[in-house]
Amino acid sequence: MNDFSEKNFSIHIAGENALILYFGESVNVETATRVKLAAQLIRTKMGADIIDIVPSYASIMVMFSIEQYDHHYIRTQLRAVVSKAITTVPSASLNNDNAASVIELPVYYDVEIGPELALIAKHANLTIEQVIDIHQAQEYIVYAIGFAPGFAYLGEVDARIAMPRLSSPRLKVPKGAVAIADRQTAVYPSESPGGWNLIGLCPVDMFNIDVDFEQPLPQLAKQVMPVAVGDIVKFMRITRAEFVDLGGILPNMTENSAGSING
Amino acid sequence: MANQGNFVVNSPGVLSLIQDNGRYGAFELGLTNGGPVDKTAFQWANRLCGNDLTASTIEVSIGGLTLTAHVESKIAVTGATMPLRINGQVKSLWQSYHVKPGDVIELGFASAGLRSYLAIAGGFNIPAMFGSTATVCREHVGGIHGGQLNAGDILNCQLTNYSTITKHNQLLEEKYWPNYGNEVVLHTIPSYQQRHFSSHQQRLFYSSEYRVSKSCDRMGYRLEGRAIASDISGILSEGICHGAIQIPADGQPIVLLNDRQTIGGYPKIGAVISSDTAQLGQLTTGAKVHFEPISMDKAHNLYQLAASQFARTPLSQCD
Repeated sequence: MNDFSEKNFSIHIAGENALILYFGESVNVETATRVKLAAQLIRTKMGADIIDIVPSYASIMVMFSIEQYDHHYIRTQLRAVVSKAITTVPSASLNNDNAASVIELPVYYDVEIGPELALIAKHANLTIEQVIDIHQAQEYIVYAIGFAPGFAYLGEVDARIAMPRLSSPRLKVPKGAVAIADRQTAVYPSESPGGWNLIGLCPVDMFNIDVDFEQPLPQLAKQVMPVAVGDIVKFMRITRAEFVDLGGILPNMTENSAGSING
Repeated sequence: MANQGNFVVNSPGVLSLIQDNGRYGAFELGLTNGGPVDKTAFQWANRLCGNDLTASTIEVSIGGLTLTAHVESKIAVTGATMPLRINGQVKSLWQSYHVKPGDVIELGFASAGLRSYLAIAGGFNIPAMFGSTATVCREHVGGIHGGQLNAGDILNCQLTNYSTITKHNQLLEEKYWPNYGNEVVLHTIPSYQQRHFSSHQQRLFYSSEYRVSKSCDRMGYRLEGRAIASDISGILSEGICHGAIQIPADGQPIVLLNDRQTIGGYPKIGAVISSDTAQLGQLTTGAKVHFEPISMDKAHNLYQLAASQFARTPLSQCD
């Protein structure tokens, strides 16, 4: 059964001008699809009544204008809009990927710029080639965007190559680094500190602010980030030469090896 | 340009940031709100200059900002008690002043409170990024180069506004000034994972005294005091609203403010109302903090009451 009857979501208070909808308590494709559809409906049907929303793994936080509405009104609207999904959205579309766009991201996988490839291979009792094959064979869902501008949490990584975070984060993870933490994977949108296991580099800009800021936010968002919550991402292996051709910049990894490794 | 004048930053002081009302509508990109930590003082500064209440100002933390006007305009400083001088002459805060090209505006260091707001007639004219000029240093977004002001920065403003604004200066009488003390009660709406904190833990939380730790900035205020325990260690990362109170594994509360990350996985016991986060953001290390629970309906009543008081409080003309 895929529907948005009230059993399938609940609305709670977050703060003075925010409510939060919960769709479940675990990470899975079905919940992520519900979140994506509900977020689309809230944006389309309630756009004028709300200030912003934060869709995540199994929840949507809704921020509203306290000058104009009280929380009872927003709650009633949310309940109506999200429950209506059952009649306006064919349940079949919850099961297949009709609603999701597939974004392909090229990755140069190599020990040169993926210092934890060998560690993961050893941990999983696999070869480095097998680790790379497993990582790029999977289709990932964008579960959430946060931590830093443009940072997309993708899941789920095949259990065989899941790997806990480094015990001590690196001070500098290079821009474009493709990394694994437990059963999640991500592309670092800019140079930042970080504790994830690095396995490759992606030449695509995950947060491009060289854009025309005069446009309305929805159009702007599509130019700034190649992915949105609920999208499907596939990684495609490329060579070092292709990485450079696509505009990728090879970082000096010796600078970036400040972190110590767990176990 | 004929229609544009400017102010030049001689010295930025400790931390001076361009802030408008904040950035809304860009959560999906992972961008946080930014904006003035003390929205009350921010709005007063704009009102004293006859501006739209969301116009771009400078949020000056601790103090030390010096500007030179290269334009005829009006300025007002509100918020933390920082000595203000124009051409060396001591001036009162909570009042607007006429400035001319060549005038030097200096802010000393705060003796009470932490952040003040410097507004100019018409607001600083800075290109918006994602709909706002608010500076969030961690994101390298907003302001004039994604970070704090530096010496030599040129802050443009409209010239056209001056002819239309009243030549009279205005002031807010002292009886209406906020009191920046060393202690605050934070009215808190129990929310999010509050049911994962036992009634005993909640009683402890709402009856204990906390102190502002050394880790306090525009992202959030980490407090020190009685540790609070929940029956869960973490949750699936979810949207964090302004004022949300995270309780990490060490049990020490963190009140999240304007530059918070948009999502996070620590349990949250509730959220502080915005008129009280404005006061929290004026506190420094060692200040005392208490939490008091209130309902969402009461929070809305307090908000509307404060908005109506703000609108009804008169400004007096001076000169």
